[in-house]
Amino acid sequence: MSTPALRQRRSGLLSRWPGRNNEGYLAALLLLVVAVMSAAAPAFFSLHTFFSVIRGATVPWIFAMGVLLVLVSGGIDVSFPAIAVFSAYSAVALTTARGVDAGLLGNFALAMAIGCLLGLVNGILIARFRLPTLIVTLGTAGFFRGAMITFVGATYIAQLPRSLAEQSTRSVISVNTEAGTTFLHVLVVPVLILTVLIALGLKHTMFGRAAYAIGGDPEAARRVGIPVQRTQVVLYVLVGALAAFGGMVFMIQGQAADPQMLIGIELDTIAAVVLGGASIFGGRGSVLGTVLGVLLVQVINNSLVLVGVPTAWQRATVGLLLLLGVGAQAWAGRRPRRAAPAAVKAPAVKAAA
Amino acid sequence: MDISPAPRPVLELRDIVKTYGGVHALDTVSFTLLPGEVHCLAGENGSGKSTLIKIISGVETPDSGVIVVGGERHASMTPASAIAAGVQVIYQDFSLFPNLSVAENIAMPRQRAVGGRFYSARAARPIAQGIVDELGLALDLDADVAALSVADKQLTAICRALVSDAQIIIMDEPTTALTGAEVTALFALVRRLQSRGVSLIFVSHKLDEVLRVSQRLTVLRNGTWVATGAAGDYDRDAIAGLMTGKDIDTSRVVSAVPADAAIALEVKGLGRPGAFADVDLVVRCGEIVGLTGLLGSGRGEIAEAIFGVRPATTGTIAVGGHPVRIQSIPDAVAAGIGYVPEDRLTQGLFLDDSIADNVVAASVTAFAGRARLLDRARMLAFIQSVASRLRIKAPNLSLAVRSLSGGNAQRVVLAKWLMTNPKVLLLNGPTVGVDVGSKSEILEILRTQASAGMGVVVISDDIPELYSACHRVLIVQGGRIVCELAGDAVRVETIEQRIAA
Ligand SMILES: Nc1ncnc2c1ncn2[C@@H]1O[C@H](COP(=O)(O)OP(=O)(O)OP(=O)(O)O)[C@@H](O)[C@H]1O
Ligand SMILES: [Mg+2]
Repeated sequence: MSTPALRQRRSGLLSRWPGRNNEGYLAALLLLVVAVMSAAAPAFFSLHTFFSVIRGATVPWIFAMGVLLVLVSGGIDVSFPAIAVFSAYSAVALTTARGVDAGLLGNFALAMAIGCLLGLVNGILIARFRLPTLIVTLGTAGFFRGAMITFVGATYIAQLPRSLAEQSTRSVISVNTEAGTTFLHVLVVPVLILTVLIALGLKHTMFGRAAYAIGGDPEAARRVGIPVQRTQVVLYVLVGALAAFGGMVFMIQGQAADPQMLIGIELDTIAAVVLGGASIFGGRGSVLGTVLGVLLVQVINNSLVLVGVPTAWQRATVGLLLLLGVGAQAWAGRRPRRAAPAAVKAPAVKAAA
Repeated sequence: MDISPAPRPVLELRDIVKTYGGVHALDTVSFTLLPGEVHCLAGENGSGKSTLIKIISGVETPDSGVIVVGGERHASMTPASAIAAGVQVIYQDFSLFPNLSVAENIAMPRQRAVGGRFYSARAARPIAQGIVDELGLALDLDADVAALSVADKQLTAICRALVSDAQIIIMDEPTTALTGAEVTALFALVRRLQSRGVSLIFVSHKLDEVLRVSQRLTVLRNGTWVATGAAGDYDRDAIAGLMTGKDIDTSRVVSAVPADAAIALEVKGLGRPGAFADVDLVVRCGEIVGLTGLLGSGRGEIAEAIFGVRPATTGTIAVGGHPVRIQSIPDAVAAGIGYVPEDRLTQGLFLDDSIADNVVAASVTAFAGRARLLDRARMLAFIQSVASRLRIKAPNLSLAVRSLSGGNAQRVVLAKWLMTNPKVLLLNGPTVGVDVGSKSEILEILRTQASAGMGVVVISDDIPELYSACHRVLIVQGGRIVCELAGDAVRVETIEQRIAA
């Protein structure tokens, strides 16, 4: 046992700051960026900016929830954009080709069912055959996109079914300002509900705790009787469903079904989640942190647009943010723990033999 | 006529066979556990004790044989079915979740097992607090397990197993990181559990400890059953003889070190607030110095400071007469200091890498030939020779370290640091979890290294071991060296008294 001096009882709200996954620092950083931008460009600090940040963040937000689930359980998923496109595009393409409109719920249900199926493919490959998650999802990502173009089609659908198209302009709140009307999109409502459900699920259900346990040590999880494989499969199915949902939202926002959409969004999403404190090594991460991470990436992207930074540099910035997130984790991980002393690989050693 | 029927066993294993890639880890082993008994499982490193335990707990599937638990026959168990049958295990490697809090590690598996679909951190706390209090521990329930010391991890694993109302509790070397008070508290709890009718299987290489708590004893050797009987019928030496098939020498063997031998390590006024202070230490070439004291006395912290894990804030360190500044592990390694850490399974090894890679991990740069390319042939030959000198028992050196038994893994850590040929070697619990036979071999290796001119510091609780190998023994209390024993003053009883003083 450690000496009493090292043993401090934590109590009170303040001593819990910055939170298990450094959410406090992240919130402070977010406020700082907002403050700096508002000072630099007064137009930035407006309801309009706020609503447009939320609108821009909606799709990454949904995907980030899926990525969080996977990271927590010790995996990584890069196939969610492919699943999103496959499910959303197929749902629309299949119904419009037959000249039917499945309705709002019907379209979402169809897309999410397809998403579940594709997630199931990932889950089975990963859990049953114990393959590395990055490789499996890289493989399936390519396969899903290819299969969709081969079997479903590759035509750009400019006209969404009416039930979906009419969602693109619906709002929950709309405000008239001197700059014109600005509104908060209706789709943030289901996203918020989903977010709360996921937060509760991760924190307060055995399923959620099992995901953390598996991310911490899969063998230890097996030994306490956690059904590791089943939990993993269910997780990937959930991620598939979330990806499909995100794909539908993206389509509604863009008012078209483009088979080439969502390329490269995996970087933004993973960067946001890792920045939000989820560990790429598994077992750590929170919904609050993830939401903050997504908002931070979105605010930074918006700010860069506002100050006129070219797109290429925006990509570079997101990459840097990912490195920053990982770096902060490595640094935080080294500091308070009783580091792993002898496990430094090959330090400089003078001649042995 | 009064023939009381033999009590029906709560657990029975019949003719269990388990092979790993053709090698028998267990060869037709049978075993019975009676209600309310403490049954000791003894055997050398790699004799199959942990494998037997994993078969009972459903972590491993036997190739053949029958398991009878609570009257039901099974060809194999699963972790869930074993837990449902009331089996709880404290695994040798703890099997905790490093990313979760102590409270959750203790309470969550139990809440799962009783069929809970929901988890409440608020409900978990009192459950964990209950068992922690019952054992009289001072565990920080909110800490992440990753941040705990080895001893606290072990205590967490113990609490986790005890918190469920188990009928059969299996402890695979539960005391490797504990000393004095904790062991006593654990044994008191073992007796209380026993009086409630719980049966326990206990594995330990500390034979005195084993004989203190157990009623029956089963000895395994090389995966085969050797003996079962009442614990009272055996003494230490008899058990050691059964385990190894030969006699073990535990007498004191120390070579003479000339008073003017060169100084390998000299430490002056070393201190770090809150951990230790005013530590002076001289280790001559050829000398083995023991450092002991109660858990939390600061002995481990002193060693970690010398190795730069958590550097000291005051004082000086000199190696081979040259002052060195040690702020980090690479500083210490460059100065010629080697360190075998306390928690070999998580700190000293890359469990998923091969034995050979682990052995060479700290010394690989020494094998750089021209153009910085590795001289593989020379390196492999060297690894082979060190591995055979330390008698690392493995089919081949390209296997992952994870597949080694605990004691053999310890030899890999030792081999890794001997490969760097340090001037000073610090060892924290070098023979923890090592069987009696290997223990005397490891001490012999240390003697050989010392004779070749190395300065050796052994941090240990194992007093017979300090007695057997150390020239001098230093006793740490409250972060200070309070006593030094040398020559004839190094006696088991003297050390025990001084530690407790
Ligand atoms: N997963 C595995 N793959 C290959 N071999 C294994 C595996 N697990 C165990 N073994 C081998 O089985 C044998 C028995 O190992 P086990 O861990 O049961 O020994 P043990 O009696 O517990 O030893 P110790 O006292 O050192 O812990 C050893 O030779 C070990 O190398
Ligand atoms: Mg073992």
